[in-house]
Amino acid sequence: MPLLKEGKRAEDPWQRVEADAPLPKTGPAYVELERWQQDREVLIARVEPVGVLLKSDEHAEELANDLGHLDLIALDFPGFKDGRAYSNARMLREKYAFTGELRAVGDVLLEHLLFMHRCGFDAFEIDSDDPEEDWQTAVADFDVWYQPTADGRPTILQRRHR
Amino acid sequence: MYRYDEFDQALVTQRAKQFARQVERRLSGELSEEQFLPLRLKNGLYLQLHAYMLRINIPYGVLSTKQLRKLAHIARTYDKDYGHWTTRQNMQFNWIRLEDMPEILLELASVEMHGIQSSGNCIRNTTADEYAGVAADEVEDPRVYCEIIRQWSSLHPEFSYLPRKFKISVTGSPHDRAAVKVHDIGLRLYRNAAGESGFEVFVGGGLGRTPFVGKSIREFLPPEHLLSYCEAILRIYNQLGRRDNKYKARIKILVHEMGLEEFSQRVEEEWERIRESALALPQDEIERIRDYFAPPPYDEQPEDEAIFNRHREENPDFAIWAEQQLAAHKQPGYAIVNVSCSPAGRPPGDISSGQMEVMADLADEYSFGELRVTHNQNLVLTDVRKEQVFPLWQRLVATGLATANHGLISDTICCPGLDYCSLANARSIPLAEKISTRFSDHDRQKEIGEIYINMSGCINACGHHHVGNIGIVGVDKKNSELYQLMLGGSAEEDASLAKILGPGFDEDGIVNAIEKVVEAYIALRDDGERFIETYRRLGPKPFKEAVYSAPS
Repeated sequence: MPLLKEGKRAEDPWQRVEADAPLPKTGPAYVELERWQQDREVLIARVEPVGVLLKSDEHAEELANDLGHLDLIALDFPGFKDGRAYSNARMLREKYAFTGELRAVGDVLLEHLLFMHRCGFDAFEIDSDDPEEDWQTAVADFDVWYQPTADGRPTILQRRHR
Repeated sequence: MYRYDEFDQALVTQRAKQFARQVERRLSGELSEEQFLPLRLKNGLYLQLHAYMLRINIPYGVLSTKQLRKLAHIARTYDKDYGHWTTRQNMQFNWIRLEDMPEILLELASVEMHGIQSSGNCIRNTTADEYAGVAADEVEDPRVYCEIIRQWSSLHPEFSYLPRKFKISVTGSPHDRAAVKVHDIGLRLYRNAAGESGFEVFVGGGLGRTPFVGKSIREFLPPEHLLSYCEAILRIYNQLGRRDNKYKARIKILVHEMGLEEFSQRVEEEWERIRESALALPQDEIERIRDYFAPPPYDEQPEDEAIFNRHREENPDFAIWAEQQLAAHKQPGYAIVNVSCSPAGRPPGDISSGQMEVMADLADEYSFGELRVTHNQNLVLTDVRKEQVFPLWQRLVATGLATANHGLISDTICCPGLDYCSLANARSIPLAEKISTRFSDHDRQKEIGEIYINMSGCINACGHHHVGNIGIVGVDKKNSELYQLMLGGSAEEDASLAKILGPGFDEDGIVNAIEKVVEAYIALRDDGERFIETYRRLGPKPFKEAVYSAPS
């Protein structure tokens, strides 16, 4: 799956480790939450970067005390209509101050890139022939916002009362 | 009324262009219907039984004459020369072609209108008291906060894929004309003992398959925290609302299953974290928006009552209409004028392009160029000098808009039903037409007095049947349309849910059953007692007997 980061197609150093698969010897790897909770000590001891995948019915707070050990959190969209990961993303960025990579995986479409980015995602696994063009199209859609989020884009309110 | 500044306008124009691209991607096959569906829904475009239906937002029911003329133009150019007022104070067009959508949205954007979030699992058009700003009993104008909510909820990046749709309503009067207790969030603006303005917040009300009256989650919320508190509620709902069953996905089910106490605890905890964030409303922004809703330049001349009274004496038809359609205004010398779009034998809430244009002219001439759409699917001219009510009425008569049935039995709420809707089990418009025809005699309606009939063509309850004094819901039984009769609902400050009285009826049977309910009420009522009061005093028993045991 192509990876989109900072508007560019990027090499993906991360390996996704399926539920019972062995941990790769080298390279950054991310595991499911259950695996993380089970093998926490082993994973923390790993020299290479580690990340966790949260399914849409799992909550950011389950990782609240572990964020210092994680370089990546992937949030899953099992279907694009399941919007729980948007809230998880904002909680991770704004409540728990997670500064690592926040990656959208699953059913990710051009149409959702901008809202995901506004909620704190900075990497996207997107099934597209031209993710860079998708990104350009998506970010060109809007340049005005009512809602304050942690993405730093100034809101309409801030611009009105500047 | 509120006017867009450069930022509001930019957002709506950008959205119209975005949707034009999405339509193009759909027409070229780049987007599948499944992928396109939520995108078109978020722009108000449904696929109904026969055609696309476009729902256009009228924020909290406030409409300028320029906007109304644009709606007339769209009805004439792109639809079948009429439109339909909805229970969320919006307008629906029933015969739209997908190819015309980009052009229609650009036309709408040119008059500060759009269909953004008029559908889909997101925050819908916020509704308000149709008499906001002018009602004699009003404590504070709810439109200021409706507009603040409108902006915050528009294209909210986090809350665009909620478990289900989400509806907010605001009232600023003790008499609730905005049905706040049957909304996902209902806000009652009032002054506390210290004289400060704030909201009582209700959560988890709603109709549909499993109706609930909203629960009071916060007794007093200072206005500057309105958005942070709403955001906290929405965040908890977005994370924990059920997504396994669309019929259990509204916030009312979450609140019911979790219990108000735990839900409220979670909301308060999240609110505590974000209340001092950028969501806190600066006083100068509240005041900036309040300025848009400043009263119009009223004529301060004392009312010449003699003119109004002379017209009433000389013209009995006018006297009848005026008694029914006028409401008390806070400004001396002025009246609130209700204009019925539910004449006998016609679909409630339908209006032709020609009528829209006449209403725009009348609003310009008599009411400072502004109108309101009501959740009862009618119109209101909010600011008419009492002496000018008569010439206004003459014009309404000439346009077929002078029906005198405000708050009476023939002024029903009705969903589109099986004539248009792909969800319906039964037709509702023909039934509404039969009821308004059966009870069209004005003297009879006056004798019956205040009574609300709400009807839906299926259990999804778009016609709000649970909160009708008399509610009717169409069900499908062995492939024939059957109507169930419910009694005792109210959407006002005394909100209650109607209960099914007994076995259902066919179309003619239900009209006869309503007649029997009405006759029983007249026989049983105490002096001056409204239907809902009699029903609450006596319960269903005497009505059940009247409907099911009396010889027909």
